[in-house]
Amino acid sequence: MENALIIHPRDNVAVALKDLSEGETVAAEGIEPFTALEEIPFGHKVALRDISEGEEIIKYGETVAVSNRPIRKGEWVHTHNLESQRWKR
Amino acid sequence: MKELTGYLRKDGRFGIRNHLLVLPTVSCVNGVVNRIAREVPEAVPAPHAHGCGRGGPRDLEILFRVLTGMILHPNVGGVVLIGLGCEISNTKRLLPLIQGAGKPVAVFNVQEDGGSLATARKGVEAARRILAELADQKRAAMPWEGLLVGMECGGSDAWSGITANVALGAVSDALVSKGATVVFGENTEMIGTAHILARRAKDEQVAQKIRSLVERAERTAREVMGDLAALIISPGNMDGGMSTIAEKSMGCIVKGGSTTINEVVDYGETPKEKGLILQDGPGYDGDSMAGLAASGAQVMFFSTGRGTPAGFPAVPVIKVASNNRIFKAMEDDMDINAGSLVEGRPLTDLRSEMLELLIRVINGEKTKAEANGMEVFTFMTVHPPF
Repeated sequence: MENALIIHPRDNVAVALKDLSEGETVAAEGIEPFTALEEIPFGHKVALRDISEGEEIIKYGETVAVSNRPIRKGEWVHTHNLESQRWKR
Repeated sequence: MKELTGYLRKDGRFGIRNHLLVLPTVSCVNGVVNRIAREVPEAVPAPHAHGCGRGGPRDLEILFRVLTGMILHPNVGGVVLIGLGCEISNTKRLLPLIQGAGKPVAVFNVQEDGGSLATARKGVEAARRILAELADQKRAAMPWEGLLVGMECGGSDAWSGITANVALGAVSDALVSKGATVVFGENTEMIGTAHILARRAKDEQVAQKIRSLVERAERTAREVMGDLAALIISPGNMDGGMSTIAEKSMGCIVKGGSTTINEVVDYGETPKEKGLILQDGPGYDGDSMAGLAASGAQVMFFSTGRGTPAGFPAVPVIKVASNNRIFKAMEDDMDINAGSLVEGRPLTDLRSEMLELLIRVINGEKTKAEANGMEVFTFMTVHPPF
C-alpha cells in the first residue's frame, strides 16, 4: 500500500499521504520502498535520496527550496533543513 | 475517443451550451432579471453587483470587457439585456461593443420601457421568442482546437496541491497535446514562482509579462496586507508541510500542467494563441471564474479541498474534490474525487475519468454545479466605489 506520493519524476522528495512514524516503510509508485528515519507528518516531505548541503529541493519537477545542511534519504524535509530562494528568513 | 459537438457561432467559436442569457447592465435592475428568470426557467440569469459607481479607467475597462465577454460568449445563443438608463455601462455604450454578435440580443431599458414591471413583461416575451429560435439550432462536430478550458482552484486545503491540482495539471497537459487551449490565472498564487513560469514562456516577451505580473501581485500583497503579507505563506501552511512560498505556489500553478506558456492575457481578454495561456487575474474564485469565462472558456475545472459548490452562469464548472472526506460530505456538489490518488489510484486513471467526463459535459451532460443552479456572477474591481 502506497503511503507517499511522488508528484514528478524529477522530484527528490515525496509527500507523505498519512502520518509516517520513525522506522516505517515508505512506499510510492515507481520506487523501491525505504525507511523513514524520523516522523513525517501527513502532507510533509520525505527525502527520496541523500541531498547535499546547498542542493535544490525539487517538488512538482521544480526547485521549491535549497537545503542548508546535508539531508539523508528518509529524513523529513522542512523549514529546519532548507531555505527559501525567494524570501530568506 | 468520442467526438465533441458544439454550436458553431458566427465568429468561428464553438459553444457547448446554447443558453439564453438574461443580463443586467447594472445591479439596480437585478430584480427585473430575476423576475424574467422566474417566468422563463430555461433562461440563465446573471445578476451582479456592478455597472455603476466606479469611474477609473481600469475598472471601466474590466466592466465593459466582462459584460461584452458574457454577451459574446460562445455558450450563449441569445441575450435579453436589461439596462436602467443612467448607469455607466448603459446599453448605448455597450451596444457598439457587441455589434456583429451574430446572435439575437433583445435590449430594454427600465427608465424608457415603462418601469421594472413593464420591462420584465417585455423581457419575458423576448426571452420566449429567442428560446424558440435557439431550439432549432443543432450541434455540429467540434474539433479539440475549438475548445478553451479554464482551470481554477478555490477553497484549497493541504490536499489541493498534492491531489486535485496535480490532476488538473495532468488534464491540462492532455488537452494541450490534443490541440485545445487551457487558460489559468490567479496571479497572487504565483508569488515565488515567477522564475519557474517565465522559464516555460514561449519567448522573452511572454517571460517578461509573467515576471511583471507576479512582481505586481507581490507588491500589491505587501501594500494591502502590510506585515501580514508574510502570511501568504502562513504558519498554518507550514504546519501543513509547505516549506516555502514557491512550494505553496507550485501547488496552485501545477493545475496549468507543464507545457509552454504561449501567451499572457489580461483579465477577461480572449487569447489569440492556442495551448497554455496564463491570465492576469485575481485568486478570488468568483472574480477569477468571470475572467476565465469572459476570455471565452466554455467549461472549467475547479479544484476544491474545503468544498465550494459555486458554479458560473452559462459555463459548466466541473468540481474536483481534493480529498475523500469532502467528496463524500458534498457528494451532490462534487463531480470528481481526486482524493482517490491517496489510495494509490494511478494519476493516468484519474485523468482518463476526468477527460471522459469533460467530453460528456461538452456534449451536454450537466455538471453538479449546473444541475444544482449554483451559478454566481461577480467580477474584479480595483478601486472602491465612489
